[in-house]
Amino acid sequence: MGVLTLTGNYAVAWAVKRARVQVVAAYPITPQTTIVEKISQMVEDGEMNAKLIRVESEHSALAATFGAAIGGARAFTATASHGLLYMHEVLWWVAGARVPVVMAVVTRAIGPPWNIWTDHSDIMDQRDTGWIISMAEDNQEAFDLTLQAFRITEDDDVNLPMIVGLDAFILSHTYAPVDVLEQEDVDKWLPPRKQLYVIDPENRYSMGNIAYPKDYMLMRYDIERAMERAKKVIEKVDREYGEYFGRSYGGLIECYKCSDAKYLVALMGAWAGDAKEAVDKLRENGYNVGVMRVRFIRPLAVEKILEYASGKKGVLVMDRSISFGSAGPLFIEVSSVLSMNGKPPAMKGVLAGIGGVDVGYRDIMDIISKFVDEVEERGWFVKRQEWFFSHKR
Amino acid sequence: MSDLIKIKDNILPLSVTSEASMGKTGSWRTFKPVIDYSKCINCYLCWLYCPFSVISKSEEGVVIDYEYCKGCGVCANVCPVKAIAFVPER
Repeated sequence: MGVLTLTGNYAVAWAVKRARVQVVAAYPITPQTTIVEKISQMVEDGEMNAKLIRVESEHSALAATFGAAIGGARAFTATASHGLLYMHEVLWWVAGARVPVVMAVVTRAIGPPWNIWTDHSDIMDQRDTGWIISMAEDNQEAFDLTLQAFRITEDDDVNLPMIVGLDAFILSHTYAPVDVLEQEDVDKWLPPRKQLYVIDPENRYSMGNIAYPKDYMLMRYDIERAMERAKKVIEKVDREYGEYFGRSYGGLIECYKCSDAKYLVALMGAWAGDAKEAVDKLRENGYNVGVMRVRFIRPLAVEKILEYASGKKGVLVMDRSISFGSAGPLFIEVSSVLSMNGKPPAMKGVLAGIGGVDVGYRDIMDIISKFVDEVEERGWFVKRQEWFFSHKR
Repeated sequence: MSDLIKIKDNILPLSVTSEASMGKTGSWRTFKPVIDYSKCINCYLCWLYCPFSVISKSEEGVVIDYEYCKGCGVCANVCPVKAIAFVPER
């Protein structure tokens, strides 16, 4: 097959096909629709042997996907924004039942007012559900991460569902070259589906019955232990993928020019590409900076954040969403980890790109250089929020 | 329920159907259905309608299992000949 020119959404659809997904249930919502549209076409054309279930809502979409997955099928769904919020309850069911499911979330702002552009509020809203949550930087990674997601979720040490996030339009509807791996190669790398249990006429269980408090709490503890184990699995799967196909991304965190940097910028998703460009340009101007791209917000790479950011003079965190009344979610996470360190770096949380406000590499250069200059002038400080409303150029 | 299923060191929200997994639910009852067999016509409507399936058929007629009857009163309500009284538990 080789390299095709694909949108981020089509890259996800191709990965779903390559993973030999057997059941897809979804409800259309911008900007996710073209993922399932493409899959639907592949099924209709006989290229993909899957059952497509049309449902009346996102709540049902994930419920149907969940049912298929419990029944032993490799299952997939995709959504965005209000669709994801509508699914929220079922996310807890899937994770609580410890059933591997992969879902693509094309991150999009939440209304009102109505807005279809990228924003991470929808995906960040799912942090406590027990799902593994990742963000891709480009279309190739959207493809690779989707394939990796099946290996991660179905690993004996994990058995938790996973979200593959990709930014609306910047990735979802923008064409870029994507290496679509050959089916036979993927078949060698991705084993048939595994899961802790299957419910079918031969294996009759009742799922979700009432449980006494002490059992309930033990189950919560089990999910947390699985999340902790997932850290190692994510690293291992990404490394093995690299050995097999020649591409890997650093596991939980990608560090770009981190090791010798005095300052780091931490962020998730597509604009990490712009941040890398900003860092390259800033280095030419004498700023000693690097990018810490958080690929997974769950599980959080506590150890790696400490490893990469310890001893730095400053860490800037850029968030594309706000947890009202506190700060940007990624800032909350990263600053809490760095506060475990006896001597934390200076920190600032910048809120930018919310509701799809365009943030380019020059904006990020300004944001980073301002932070570095402030720390150099004033010394150590922590600022939880600074809103960057973007300047028109 | 203490019989949750554990697979590969994970406790799962799964259970298999078993008797009295939540204890003997008859203790929940505040009213008790009592059958007057002189009026009963063996129509089995109570057997059909009982939401907990605690009414069974026997040679002598319908029998209520008081170990598990929660005392909802549906049987007394559907009985066409008023053969089931619904009396307070003491």
